[in-house]
This record gives sequence, structure tokens and C-alpha cells, in this order.
Amino acid sequence: MTAVTSDAPATAYPEVRKARNWLLIAIVVVLCVWVLLPIYLLLVNALSSPNEVTGFPKRFWPSFDTGSLAFFVNFAGVAKALWNSVLVAVFTMIMSIGIGAPAGYALSRFDFPGKEAFRFLVLMTRAFPLPLLALPLAVMFIRTGLDDTAFGLAIVHTTLALPFAVLITFSLFSGIPVELEEAAWTLGCTRFQAFWKVVMPLALPGIAASAVFAFTISWNEVFAAAVLTIENRTLTAFLLQSLNVSPLYLKFAGGFALVVPALIFIFAVRKYLFAMWGIANR
Amino acid sequence: MNPKALPYYLLAPATLFLVVFFLYPFVLVAWEAFSRDGAVTLDNFREMTGHWKFPDTLRNTMLLAVIVVPLQLALALSMASIVSNLDRGRSAILYIFAIPLGISDLAAGLIWLAIFEQSGFLNTMLVGLGVTDQPVMFLGFQSKLSIFIAVVLAEVWRATAIMMVILVAGMGLIPKEYGEAAEVFGAGRWKRFTKVTLPLLRPSLQTAIILRVILAFEVFAVVAALGGTNLPVLMGETYHWQFALQDRNVAAAFAMLILAISIAFTLFFLYALRVPKEARI
Repeated sequence: MTAVTSDAPATAYPEVRKARNWLLIAIVVVLCVWVLLPIYLLLVNALSSPNEVTGFPKRFWPSFDTGSLAFFVNFAGVAKALWNSVLVAVFTMIMSIGIGAPAGYALSRFDFPGKEAFRFLVLMTRAFPLPLLALPLAVMFIRTGLDDTAFGLAIVHTTLALPFAVLITFSLFSGIPVELEEAAWTLGCTRFQAFWKVVMPLALPGIAASAVFAFTISWNEVFAAAVLTIENRTLTAFLLQSLNVSPLYLKFAGGFALVVPALIFIFAVRKYLFAMWGIANR
Repeated sequence: MNPKALPYYLLAPATLFLVVFFLYPFVLVAWEAFSRDGAVTLDNFREMTGHWKFPDTLRNTMLLAVIVVPLQLALALSMASIVSNLDRGRSAILYIFAIPLGISDLAAGLIWLAIFEQSGFLNTMLVGLGVTDQPVMFLGFQSKLSIFIAVVLAEVWRATAIMMVILVAGMGLIPKEYGEAAEVFGAGRWKRFTKVTLPLLRPSLQTAIILRVILAFEVFAVVAALGGTNLPVLMGETYHWQFALQDRNVAAAFAMLILAISIAFTLFFLYALRVPKEARI
């Protein structure tokens, strides 16, 4: 009886099921090629010599010539731009977790008047085109001396990353039973000690993942970076502003420098991607 | 410390941050859009709409959103259903499908530039297959249509992952029993998908569509990388007015326009895909 109910009539025939399986595999392969092939082609360009990149026709495999990458790394301003990108992303990571995690904890553990208002404020940020914040902030930063600094740009990137940090840490802390903390209290821990010694070790991997996520958001952001930085440009701002004047191999090597860290980041947080977006549904 | 006050202490930094760097700047940008030299005026909007490029800009942005978002929705739904149906290799396939999520829009533009530029891979293939004798200029100023197609492909490639991830998470929340019950009553795969999965997926669909539509109106770096200024879009024009033309007020007017369109579409989808309280799982 169970065998009948778990198999729909159409899948009862082995040939039909087999054909369907092959079809499924074929579609999966096509979709994987669709996602991976463009990245591969960029890598081919980045790992070929400048002459090959501008030449025609193209080869579909790299010559593993480091000419393009060497040109890129030694190009005036690139090293500084890379450093600025890292700096801004680290600031963003620290600020969004430092501010967001306490808020996430408060949302998961307490019921208090104003809770819904705060959640609304956080969710509202997602209905706004946040990079546009860079326009008014440019003026504000000139007045306060934050213009063209890594810290000023990190503030804008933190408004992008903070809502995620709050929602992710909220779901993390919600998943840790409050009873564990209560047990620690009865054993003589203060509220802070219980948090630090019991909750924190359990939440740490998830917090690390959301920190990586904040880093990636900042690393990838283009518009605000291009508006807010002039001398201290990030890599994205540098590449955007030199699009018209830079040779192809510089662009592709730059794209390579943007993509490779992003691939590593996404790989590092892959387990948490779905937890993040599952909670973001609410 | 008063335990009742604790949550407020914990929320204070985040609240303060959002008020100072999110709400207040939006007031500022609104003021800049509706004023010039301290006086309230609509001149900035007149200047914006009066510019010869404006009709093209608005049409391009809207057309991109209208074409890209439904394509992404269909692709994301297929990817999410396939992933949910997989028995083996599920996590590996999910990771591959999710890769573009981590890729910057500028990088995505450059990736597709490698394919579409005149000495690029598409031309190599076309000439190799004998379709054309000479490499075609896909991204020149005379080929708006092919620039547009390239941007659509790059956007679909880049930003489908975010919808797929939201939908996979949403499908995970649907109890298996619903589909099984439909199966017992003889519903086929397609029927189960349209009559059980889709209606129950509505909250996730809503989130995914709203997020994607807002991002679609912010399209910027992909277009800059592929088309330069040949395909003007709203965000690109905002940047252009802020930097090249040094007119903050008109840039602010563009920002208000993007904001207004985003809010209008958010409200529309909140209403159109609303879930009655009784029907929530």
C-alpha cells in the first residue's frame, strides 16, 4: 500500500521514470553551464597575455600567461584601490555586526513596546534604493570631514548590510534555546556571562557567516563607492571610472580580482545562505 | 540595571544608526530635489524631464525591468523546483546555482563584456561556425538592440540567484503532506506545482519579486560596463548629473523618481500578492 501511495501513476513505469531522470539531469547540466561558462570565459581572458585578450579569434582555454594580471597589479592606483576595498569592507563588517548583533539578540529574547516599530524600520530599508543615500551623504560628509574616507563609505555600506545582520542574528539567536541561558543563570552566571559563555560559542559560526556576507556586500558595491570616493577609490569605483579609458585586459583582470574573492566568500557561507533568506521572508 | 530597559539599550545603536544614516539622508535628498538655492521649486524635476535623454532613460529602465524580472522569476522557479526534486548532489547544485549571488554587478558586466565585445567569445564562435565573415560590433553606439539584449542576459545571469535562494527557502517551509495529499487525489506534477506549491509560496514570491523589482530599477554597473552611455538608465543618469554635470539638485530629483517608482511597485506587489491572515502557514 505504501509503495502505491508514494508513487504517482505516471512514475510507476520504470522507463518513464528513467526518461524523466535523464531529462532532469540534462536540465541541471544546462543550467550549471549557463552559470559557470561566463565565469570560465572571464578567467580565460584574465589568465591570457594582453595580446591574446585583444586578439581575434579567441581561444577557449587559457594560456596561463600572467601578463594581464601583472599589468593590472602594477597599474597606477590598483594596489591602493584593492587596499581601500578591503579596508571599507572590514569596517562595514565590524560596524554591521557590532550594531546589528545586539539588535538581533534583543529581538529574539525580549518582548517590549516598540519591537514592531523597529522591525518595520529594518524591513523598510529593503524597499529603498539604498545606494542613492550616497548623494545626500556626500554633502553631509564634506561638512564633517568624512568625505573621501574609507570610514565614510563604510557607513553607507553598513546601511546596506545592517538589515541583513539584524535579521540573520535574530534567526541565529532564536534557534538557541533560552533554557540554556536560564540554566546558566541558576548556576550563578550573570546575564552577560551566560550570553558570553553559553550563547556566543553556539552562535559564533553563524555570526562569522553574516560577517562574511557583510564583507561581500561592501566588496561588491559600485554606485555609492563611485560617488563617495575620489582619491581613495575602492576597486569597484576605480574600475567603473576607468571603463572608458582602460584596455580590455585591464578590465578583465579587474573583473577577475572582483570575482575570485566573491566566489570564496559565497563558498564559505553556503550553509547559511538559505537560513538568511528564509528568515528574510518574514 | 533595570531589566526592562535592556532591550532598548541593545537596540539603541542600530536605531540611532538607521535614523542618522538612513531616514535623515532621505529627508535631505528630498529637500535637495524640491529646492534650489534654498527656495522650494519644481525646477529640478522640469530640468530632469526636459532633458533630451530623459524619455529614453525612463523607457530603457522600465523596459529592462519588465523584461528581466519575469524571465528571472520563471528561471528562478524552475531552478528552485529542480533543486527541491533532487535526491543526490543537492547541496553542490545549490551552491553552483547560488554563485552569481556573490558577484558584483560590475563584475557581471565585465564577464558578459568578455563574451559580447568585438574580439570576444561570441564573435569567435560565430566566425568559427561560418555564420558571419567578420566579427560583429555588438556593443557599438549604433547597436542599441544588441546592447539591450546583452544587458538583459547579464542581469538574468547575475540576479536570478537571489530569487532562487528565497524561493528554495520558501519551498522548504511548505509541509510535504499538502503535495502528497494532492497526489493521492490524482494531481500530476504540473497540477501540484500550480495548485499547491505556487499558492503556498506566495509570501516568498512576494519577497523575491519586490526585492528584484527594486534592484531592477537600480541597474547601473552592468549597463555601464556593457553599453557605456549608449543605453542611458535612471541610475546612470543620476551618477552623470552628480559627477559630470555637477548638479546635485537634478541628481536628487532622479533619486526621488527612482524612490517613487520603487515604492509604488513595492506597494503594488504587497497588495497584489497579499496573504490573508487565516491562510498563513
